[in-house]
Amino acid sequence: MGNDIFVLVEHTQGAVDDGTHELLGRARGLAEDSGGRTVACLLHAGATGAADGLAADVVLSVEHPSLEHFLPEAYVKTMAALVAEHEPRATLIANTTVGMDVAGGLSARAKLPLVAYCTAIELEGDELVATSQLFGGKLNAEVAVDGPAICSVVAGSFEPATGGSPDVEDVAPGGLDDLATSFLARVEPEASDVDITAEEILVSVGRGIGGEDNIELAQELADALGGVVCASRPVTDGGWLPKTRQVGKSGQKVKPKLYIAIGISGAPEHLEGMGDAELVIAINTDENAPIFDVAHYGTTEDLFDVLPALTEQIEAAVSA
Amino acid sequence: MDIIVPMQQTVDLVEELELNDEGTDVEREYLKFVANEWDEQALEEALLLKEAAGGTVTVVGIEETDVDGTLFSALAKGADRAVKLTGDFETGVSSHERAAILAAWLGDQSYDLVLVGVQSPEDLDGQTGVILANLLDVAHVSVAIGVEPHEGGVKVSQEFGGGIVQELAISGRAVVGIQAARQAPRYVSISRVRQAMQGGGLEESAAPQVEASSGTTVRRLYAPQSTSHAEMLEGDADAVAARILEIVRERGLVKSGS
Ligand SMILES: Cc1cc2nc3c(=O)[nH]c(=O)nc-3n(C[C@H](O)[C@H](O)[C@H](O)COP(=O)(O)OP(=O)(O)OC[C@H]3O[C@@H](n4cnc5c(N)ncnc54)[C@H](O)[C@@H]3O)c2cc1C
Ligand SMILES: Nc1ncnc2c1ncn2[C@@H]1O[C@H](COP(=O)(O)O)[C@@H](O)[C@H]1O
Repeated sequence: MGNDIFVLVEHTQGAVDDGTHELLGRARGLAEDSGGRTVACLLHAGATGAADGLAADVVLSVEHPSLEHFLPEAYVKTMAALVAEHEPRATLIANTTVGMDVAGGLSARAKLPLVAYCTAIELEGDELVATSQLFGGKLNAEVAVDGPAICSVVAGSFEPATGGSPDVEDVAPGGLDDLATSFLARVEPEASDVDITAEEILVSVGRGIGGEDNIELAQELADALGGVVCASRPVTDGGWLPKTRQVGKSGQKVKPKLYIAIGISGAPEHLEGMGDAELVIAINTDENAPIFDVAHYGTTEDLFDVLPALTEQIEAAVSA
Repeated sequence: MDIIVPMQQTVDLVEELELNDEGTDVEREYLKFVANEWDEQALEEALLLKEAAGGTVTVVGIEETDVDGTLFSALAKGADRAVKLTGDFETGVSSHERAAILAAWLGDQSYDLVLVGVQSPEDLDGQTGVILANLLDVAHVSVAIGVEPHEGGVKVSQEFGGGIVQELAISGRAVVGIQAARQAPRYVSISRVRQAMQGGGLEESAAPQVEASSGTTVRRLYAPQSTSHAEMLEGDADAVAARILEIVRERGLVKSGS
């Protein structure tokens, strides 16, 4: 086992994701503990510039036409080759769409343990100890791995680091000429009727609202407050509200003055989109719902009782 | 197209999650188990694909608590075949072990495509689908929101943050991690599930013996202690509403007489 800490660089045609800088922030501390280097793995086609300013000691740059877009297979094979060659102490990968494809694939191919959904990572002698966020954010696991490990990391877990001047080492790609996967198209999201990222007051509904017919209850509250209705993923997946209203990991990141979370459990993927709201008020009958850990105020009263009462009182106050 | 959908049982997150005596796992003996919601999405996508392009859907589950109900429900929804892999799995199965069992079982099956839930609430050692694909050495795509037949293989829509989607083509076999089916999973009435149960049709075979370990040790499981838990508002709905009004008013977010 070597001492280096590897980080997978995620980027869109050279523009590096925020999550990568967060991983590099933690990698630096781990490398100090292990006595190794911080090594950024940059897989790309003509985007060497993405290496500039990364907070790493070394960038391993692998360039190949198959790495122009994210092809899971190409990324996994390349990372498996890099890890086999260099035997890093730990490999940090963001728990994004890209990371979900790469971390598990690398674990299977390199035969290395993986700790998924990490929010904290420490080295204790030969062991790596990580905190993994499980059960929809309701429980954390303290997990130990003896020897080298892969960690997939929840967004926002670490302070980002930037402003390095790493050495760039070119590494020849291998096994990328004969892939079963090919890129067809990139599709941008449809234009929205409202931009929820620009709204100051958001009334957000989750699965607890029970069905499309009940969205009206939230709409009435939003109207009374002069705000807009948005939602968690199950609500947009169910077609109860348009996809453009979705808050979270695969939806929009919002930072309103007021976020009222109604019948939303507060899964990590939802919190990723609204953790920075200025004032969060949560209505959820489950007192153990993780949403109460990020909310400023909460109630376990039934949403079907609170919503009409609140709408009525706000309407009365506004017209007073 | 012949599609396999592995279905996992997981604890119902709405329940209070009691821990075992060692504090290293949830108390599996007493908790309520349900089908992993993303596996339900994978099943729906598989049924839609079959309806559009023909072929078969086979669901396969490891013998976990209440897996029979999940498999019969899949049959009632339109799956052609349901297989239970029997063995002693009450104490939980890691993703690496699950993937190894499925990979060994798939070795004897004829199939074109595996659709599986993109994750589960307890896949501490990674998502089963991507591990399975790499054990089988076939292509994989995570976070898929649509799968269609395409030039003898499939076209997969893969979702990134902010609603950006990329479309990938895969030739040959593939394992796809489904985030959401094109439409919400279909509903099936209890009476139809009962009918499926009476019709039997659940195949059972012993789960293949595998050597697989996650390499991870859970030292302890615990509810996160937030340093900033919400201040809980007391009283009935009217009292709570009055307090919320006060709070938002103090911040100038409700303007009287406006
Ligand atoms: C790759 C990936 C990306 C994802 N991206 C997103 C994303 O962008 N956004 C997102 O939101 N999710 C996302 N998810 C899904 C996420 O994991 C959760 O499944 C989802 O956030 C749960 O939504 P929810 O809180 O509305 O539903 P649930 O978790 O089912 O919670 C419903 C809540 O309502 C409460 N409730 C029920 N009835 C009442 C009542 N009468 N009164 C009060 N409360 C009640 C319940 O106690 C429960 O806590 C993603 C998942 C994956 C795997
Ligand atoms: N060359 C690349 N290397 C790494 N990740 C990429 C690359 N291209 C795209 N991505 C990732 O894939 C997502 C969508 O990419 P694209 O379809 O190229 O716009 C982005 O958010 C990136 O995280």
